[in-house]
Amino acid sequence: MNSSRQLFQYILSGLSNGAIYALIGFGFAIIHNATGIINFAQGEFVMLGGMLTVFFLAILNLPLVPAIVLAIIISTIVGMTFERLAIRPLKNAKPLRLIIITIGASIFIRGAAMLIWGKDTHALPAFSGNDPLHIAGATILPQHLWIFAVTILIIIASRIFFNYSIVGKAMRACAYNSQAASLVGIDVKIMVLLSFVISSAIGSMAGIIIAPLTMTSYDVGIMLGLKGFCAVIIGGMSSGLGTLLGGLLLGLLEALGAGFISASYKDAIAFIILLLILIIRPEGLFKKKEMERV
Amino acid sequence: MSRNIFRIIFVLFFSVLMAGVVFAAPPIKIGALFSVSGPASFLGEPERNTAEMMVAEINKAGGIKGRKLELIVYDTQGDATKAVQAVNKLIKDDKVVAIIGPSTTGDSMAVIPVVEKAEIPLISCAAGIKITDPVKKWVFKTAQNDVLAVAKIYEYLNGQKVTKIAILTVSDGFGSSGREQLNLQSKEFGMQIISDETYGPKDTDMTVQLTKIRDSGVQAIICWGTNPGPAVVARNAKQLGINIPLYMSHGVSSKKFIELAGDGAEGVILPSGRVIVADQLPKSDPQKKALTNYVNKYREHYKVEGDHFGGHAWDAIMLLKSAIERGGYSPAAIRDHLEKTKKFAGIGGTFSYSPQDHAGLTSDAFVLVQIKQGDWKLIK
Repeated sequence: MNSSRQLFQYILSGLSNGAIYALIGFGFAIIHNATGIINFAQGEFVMLGGMLTVFFLAILNLPLVPAIVLAIIISTIVGMTFERLAIRPLKNAKPLRLIIITIGASIFIRGAAMLIWGKDTHALPAFSGNDPLHIAGATILPQHLWIFAVTILIIIASRIFFNYSIVGKAMRACAYNSQAASLVGIDVKIMVLLSFVISSAIGSMAGIIIAPLTMTSYDVGIMLGLKGFCAVIIGGMSSGLGTLLGGLLLGLLEALGAGFISASYKDAIAFIILLLILIIRPEGLFKKKEMERV
Repeated sequence: MSRNIFRIIFVLFFSVLMAGVVFAAPPIKIGALFSVSGPASFLGEPERNTAEMMVAEINKAGGIKGRKLELIVYDTQGDATKAVQAVNKLIKDDKVVAIIGPSTTGDSMAVIPVVEKAEIPLISCAAGIKITDPVKKWVFKTAQNDVLAVAKIYEYLNGQKVTKIAILTVSDGFGSSGREQLNLQSKEFGMQIISDETYGPKDTDMTVQLTKIRDSGVQAIICWGTNPGPAVVARNAKQLGINIPLYMSHGVSSKKFIELAGDGAEGVILPSGRVIVADQLPKSDPQKKALTNYVNKYREHYKVEGDHFGGHAWDAIMLLKSAIERGGYSPAAIRDHLEKTKKFAGIGGTFSYSPQDHAGLTSDAFVLVQIKQGDWKLIK
């Protein structure tokens, strides 16, 4: 009986962590789908969301909801500024160069956060209490339900946005062939800017709703960003179901690995999966191979 | 008009300053290496603050035997290479007579060969037992060992008739050193470690490890780490409804832990230096005077609570002061009198150095505290 109760708790813990990874992964997917670059500063937006909320709550004594809204707005402004100052001035740069710039930006944002807020870890209060919910002998916290709910909402919203709205379709067109897209009258620059806006907003939102569980400090962005990156690679850079499944799978494997093998290998498991996928199926687990028409 | 006033103040200020230089004997130069920035800044920052505060206090009271102290602080950033550069600078350029710090065990081990060769006494503020075991002629330390902290917990568990325990340690230097000691001393105290789990320093969820521990039939869980990991453990334990008593290391004995762990912190027991329960100590406690003095001074200067990390620097400065008062200003005299220190009641404990022991503390250096209603409660 014990072992089945254990197993169920592992699964539940794994799924709840997986949802966090998926949520962070979406930010990567959106920028990649609009620009073809991988934004390694994505983890820093997660950090900014959490830290800004803590800042508004604790220092300016704002109530929770305005603090969250302000934190998302400011992180989004940081995302826009980043695009305007570091991405746009480089005309016709190769994706590799842009990726290196995003790494630089992430180091910059992390350093600035450290100087402004110091190196302490902070905790956010949970949105709806800390009383665990019992499901067949295993427990999760109400905050996990928030994470699941927001993740699902984002999937639905991004599906509608990218498949049915004109702007969403235009963004996809830019990623596919930006020259052709500009020829048919799409303002590529605006689309790239928009993708940074959306992904920094989603990233900071992720940072805010996970902060009550994981706590937040100036350097949480690195590890969470990398795990989100794993999720999105497994999911084949999709901004929908693929990344969600990728995140959940990653969380599950981590939890089961930690439970049945050893917790010392938890991070190793995640990165071995990442390497395997990149080597064997770089297009992701759930995607059909892309066909390039000549 | 106002410019003139400034000019006068300026002139006065400088003439006072110059007068000091002309009439007083040259100051005693003391070097300090602290990891003020970088990952170990939670150690280095309060240590630097405390050292600067104490030197200012000593100078205000007239210095040591009429000579002022001059403190030269370098930031090691928790980086052994920078620590070695800084220690060379202190010895060769600044010509200090003694050095306090570094803050971390890694930095300390790196600078030990340098000070041994230059024959300058060093009082490390780091905890690792390797620093003073085996004994090095010129090296002393003030921070309490893991050895003593583990012994303190095991002594208490023996009293509670607990024999089956689980340990959950962080996979960094602090955690693995604690894990080693927990395993090593378990036989001596008749403890049976049934479950031995670890977690990564950046992990944000330990429910899996705790689920395993919950079902292994242990009577106590000992978690060894520094923030934020143990706070996550405490929260997860509450989430899983674990009723097994939870013990932590002295690495989390700051208010930050209670703040981060929230309700989860309730009931947690840990060994700690006496600083955090200074006001609860009985009057008969030999350290009471030094502790209240330190706590009040620190609050006065920096408007925040002093912690036991800063206490390591307090001890280092005061041990130096007492050695200089009893002996002379030369590095050799300072070393010899440091070694003769007996029953010095400081912040970290009551120090008695000897040629065989340069750590100077026993497990009395720790008290056990329990977290009740978000505050520390001394366990008697």
